[in-house]
Amino acid sequence: MTKLADQMKRGLDAPICLTWELTYACNLDCVHCLSSSGRRDPRELSTDEAIAVIDELRRMQVFYVNIGGGEPMLRRDFFPIIDHATTSGVGVKFSTNGTYIDTDAARRLAAMDYLDVQISIDGADAATNDLVRGQGSWDTARRAMDALAAADFGEFKISVVVTRENVTQLDDLLAIADSYGAQLRITRLRPAGRGADTWHQLHPTDAQQRDLYHWLLERGDRVLTGDSFFHLNALGDPLPGLNLCGAGRVVCLIDPVGDVYACPFVIHDEFKAGNVRDPGGFASVWNSSDLFAELREPGSAGACASCGAYDACQGGCMAAKFFTGLPLDGPDPECVSGHGAAALAAATTAPRPDQDHSRARARAAAAAVPVTLGRR
Amino acid sequence: MTVHTATLGALRLHPNVAVRPEPFGALAYHYDTRRLVFLRHPQLVDVVHALHEHADLDTTMDALGVAETLRGPFQRAVANLAEACIVITRDSEEDRS
Repeated sequence: MTKLADQMKRGLDAPICLTWELTYACNLDCVHCLSSSGRRDPRELSTDEAIAVIDELRRMQVFYVNIGGGEPMLRRDFFPIIDHATTSGVGVKFSTNGTYIDTDAARRLAAMDYLDVQISIDGADAATNDLVRGQGSWDTARRAMDALAAADFGEFKISVVVTRENVTQLDDLLAIADSYGAQLRITRLRPAGRGADTWHQLHPTDAQQRDLYHWLLERGDRVLTGDSFFHLNALGDPLPGLNLCGAGRVVCLIDPVGDVYACPFVIHDEFKAGNVRDPGGFASVWNSSDLFAELREPGSAGACASCGAYDACQGGCMAAKFFTGLPLDGPDPECVSGHGAAALAAATTAPRPDQDHSRARARAAAAAVPVTLGRR
Repeated sequence: MTVHTATLGALRLHPNVAVRPEPFGALAYHYDTRRLVFLRHPQLVDVVHALHEHADLDTTMDALGVAETLRGPFQRAVANLAEACIVITRDSEEDRS
C-alpha cells in the first residue's frame, strides 16, 4: 500500500466521487438494477431540497457528482437540477438509458458545460443487450447516441456492466464507442438490488475474469472502469486506478429520498449513515457519522490475511461480499485465487436487498416468465 | 514527454482548476479535462497557489522558503501538473489579453 492509499483509507474531507440516484422511477426493468428501480418513491427530495444538496456539495468542493437512478431524466426538474449544479461548479456525469434523449434534449445537453452523459447498454447487439435491459432498449439507446452525435455533443460515454454474456463482446463495444467518437466505460456486475437474483447466472466465469484482466491490461488506457475491477489485481500487475474499496472513504451514495449510504452498490440499512434532511445535512453525515468513522478505521484482512495476493486485491468488493452472504473480512465471491467459490459454498444465507421499487406488474411478469440466460 | 520546469517560466493555476485542501495536501480537479490529481504535500499546495505572484517556480519556492530537500520533488510535481494543464504558462493567457 502506498502512503497515498493509506491516507485515502482514512477518508477525505469530502467525497471524490459521489453517486446521487435522483429517482427510483424508471421506464425499464433491467434484471441487474442495483437500486431495484421502477416506481417513484413519494418521499423523493423536492426540487428545493435537491438544489440545497447541490449548494452543500459546492461548499464542500465536491468537484462532480454522478447522477443516476432510476432514470434521472424522468424527473421533471432534471434540467433545472443539472443546470444549477454545472453552473455552480459541481460537474455532472449522469447515467441514462437514453429514452428521453431526443433531438431537442440532445441539443440542450450539448449546450451545457461540465456535463458528461453516459448511455447504458449491456451488449454489443440488440439480443445480448435486451436480455438484460428489456426488449427495445437497444434501439432506444442507439437512437440516443445518434441524437447526441447529431447535436455535436462531443465525447459522450457508453457504459457497460460486464456480464458472462457480453464479456466476449468488449472489442465490439469498443468499436461501437469509436464509431461515435465516444468513450467506453465498463464496470463490474454487483449482486445488489435486482442483481441479487441474477448475479449467480450473470457474473463472468473464472476464465472470463482472466481474459477480462488481460484485455484491461492491453486496452486499459482506452476505457474507463471506475476502478471497479481491482479484485483482478491479484492476477498480476495492477490495473490503473485506486486499488481500494472507497466506501465511506472517497465515495458514497445519496438515494432519491436523501438517505446516505457508504457504498454506491449497497442500498441497505446496514450501510446507511444518515439523511441529507438531518440537521447538519450531508456534510455532517460525511464528516461525523459513526458508520463512516468505522469504515475509515484500518480493516483486518481476516480470512485473507494468509493470502499472498491480499496487498494486490485488498479483499475485493464489500458490496459483492455483503449481498452474497460472505464475511466482509474474507475473500470476494469472484476471488481470482479461487477462494470465493469455497466461501460461497459455505455461505448459507445472504442479506436480501431491503428495498424494492420494481413496478409490481413488471415483477409479476418477470416471475411468470423467468429470464432465460445463457441462450447460446 | 517530460516538461522541464526551468523552461516553463511564469506559471499560474489554470482558471478552470479547483483545488480542495485535504489532510495530505490537496486534490486538484480540472473541469475541462476531468482530470483529478493529488498534491501530496501541504507546502506544494501553497506553492501552486502562489505561482502567479512570482516570476517562475524557483522564485516562488524561494519566497515561500521551501526546504532544499523538497525543491527537487516539487519541481517534478509541478512539471507533472504542467503536463496535465493544471498549471499553465502565464504569458499564454495574460499577455494577450
